[in-house]
Amino acid sequence: MKIKAIALHTLKEAIRDRVLYLLLFFAVVSIGFSRLLALLTLGDRVKIIKDVGLASLSLFGALMAILIGTGLVYKEIDKKTIYTLLSKPIHRYQFLLGKFFGLALTLFIMLFSMSIIFLALIFLHTFTIEWKMLIAIFYIFLELCLVTSVALLFSCFSTPILSSLFTLAFYIIGHTAWGLETLINKIQPGFGKTMAQALYHFLPDLENFNFKTEIVHNLPIPSSIFLYSTLYGIFYTLFVLTIALLIFRKRDFI
Amino acid sequence: MAAALNIEDLHKTFSLGFIPKKKKILKGISLSVNQGEIFGYLGPNGSGKTTTIKCILGLIFPDQGKIELFGHPYLSLRAKARTGFLPENPYFYDHLTASEFLDFYSQLFSMKKKEREDKIKYLLHMVGLEQSSDLQLRKFSRGMLQRIGLAQALLNDPSLVLLDEPLGGLDPLGRKEIRDVIVKLKEEGKTVFLSSHILQDIEMICDRVAILVNGEIVNQGTLKDLISEKILFTEIELSGVEEKELKNLGESLTEKAGRILLRVFEEENVEKVLELVQSRKGKVHSLIPRTETLEDLFVGMVKQG
Repeated sequence: MKIKAIALHTLKEAIRDRVLYLLLFFAVVSIGFSRLLALLTLGDRVKIIKDVGLASLSLFGALMAILIGTGLVYKEIDKKTIYTLLSKPIHRYQFLLGKFFGLALTLFIMLFSMSIIFLALIFLHTFTIEWKMLIAIFYIFLELCLVTSVALLFSCFSTPILSSLFTLAFYIIGHTAWGLETLINKIQPGFGKTMAQALYHFLPDLENFNFKTEIVHNLPIPSSIFLYSTLYGIFYTLFVLTIALLIFRKRDFI
Repeated sequence: MAAALNIEDLHKTFSLGFIPKKKKILKGISLSVNQGEIFGYLGPNGSGKTTTIKCILGLIFPDQGKIELFGHPYLSLRAKARTGFLPENPYFYDHLTASEFLDFYSQLFSMKKKEREDKIKYLLHMVGLEQSSDLQLRKFSRGMLQRIGLAQALLNDPSLVLLDEPLGGLDPLGRKEIRDVIVKLKEEGKTVFLSSHILQDIEMICDRVAILVNGEIVNQGTLKDLISEKILFTEIELSGVEEKELKNLGESLTEKAGRILLRVFEEENVEKVLELVQSRKGKVHSLIPRTETLEDLFVGMVKQG
């Protein structure tokens, strides 16, 4: 009940943020742009629309999570609204989870709106609703939840600008960490390999949530991969939220 | 009956600056607030009043010491559920209307919808904001924010209300309104812990006070115990007597339109002044004996500290 109240309040607050609408506007423009790209392409034009559309959902969703998520807790501390809020009978973890779910809900609504436009655009070309796209969108949402938790973590102890940079770095590293896997396969066993393996396991691998190519090109995906990615998303998010909570629960609000 | 608030040997140090430098803010605060009283917590700026309140509310964690609210550990939800808090310079969600704001906070007390609606209506009426219930908080004046702050502090019908500088920045009328609400709270059996440096107001409404200087309580007790009833001097406003005739009897403060304001320190000199006025067929316009005030005590303590 208390987490729900804070989450709904966070949603109300986030939904008023102009940055959100600016990003939504650019996302819609980007999805629309895929139509133009399709016209300039030889071969399967619908695949271009799907490719660019899904990439837009992922990128602009992540930007929304970063730019709004990093200010969530900081704003409460900076504006001192946290004083009265935490003086009420709530635990600090309830506050933090409320913030997380509030932003996750906001992102869900934004992703839902963008998806409708995206699916409508595909429908105009194929006259079928490509429900399969929802699988890729679901994993984009899982990725956004993880990015939100990271933004929230940094927001607990840093300013929005620094937090945005840190979270953006996390996002970029997360999408390039798979390169380490190639490195691990190439180097000789020993200290270097062990270190690379340790680093690979510690760094996030956001490519686990990337099913765009498989879905767009109708490639087969084993169900175990879906399960792995889902569990990876849930547990990594819980792990980051736990660290955020450990920092937040001992913090002095001077 | 357990004390509403019991603090024992509270210490708090902050590390401030880019290269952290430790600064002791609270140096062993001990105090006890009885149920049903208005307790004034006085101190100059930077003495540690707000830090003490933040410790009580669990917003900052003390280095050492014990805090209990109604016999419960201060961080327990049970203790928090019986407490209301109004911060200094209240900041709230300015995009919400007054009733939306109170509704959000009342949900944190797990109140049912009907109960919330009734409570919000009652509180908005109590603080005189029923006409502004649909107005966004960003359009509120300083006094209105203070009043909505008081309303949110009373949402849970708290047994202990912590008010941090509730009268600061208000005009005389606003101060009187808040003062009246505080007195009403006491009449309802609530305990009020009030930090302030507006001493006149404290003197008017508080049962007991503690004076905090540099993180230490230098004096505490009932106002009667702290302030001596001995007359310090008498101020007499008179006319019809030459100023030079009064020179040896007291200190002349002002002279305006033939009226002299005289400060007389010895009681026998008061008699002499009155006799002199009578013999010169003059007139005494006012005669006010001045006993020690809380301000005198406070200034003395701060200077000593």
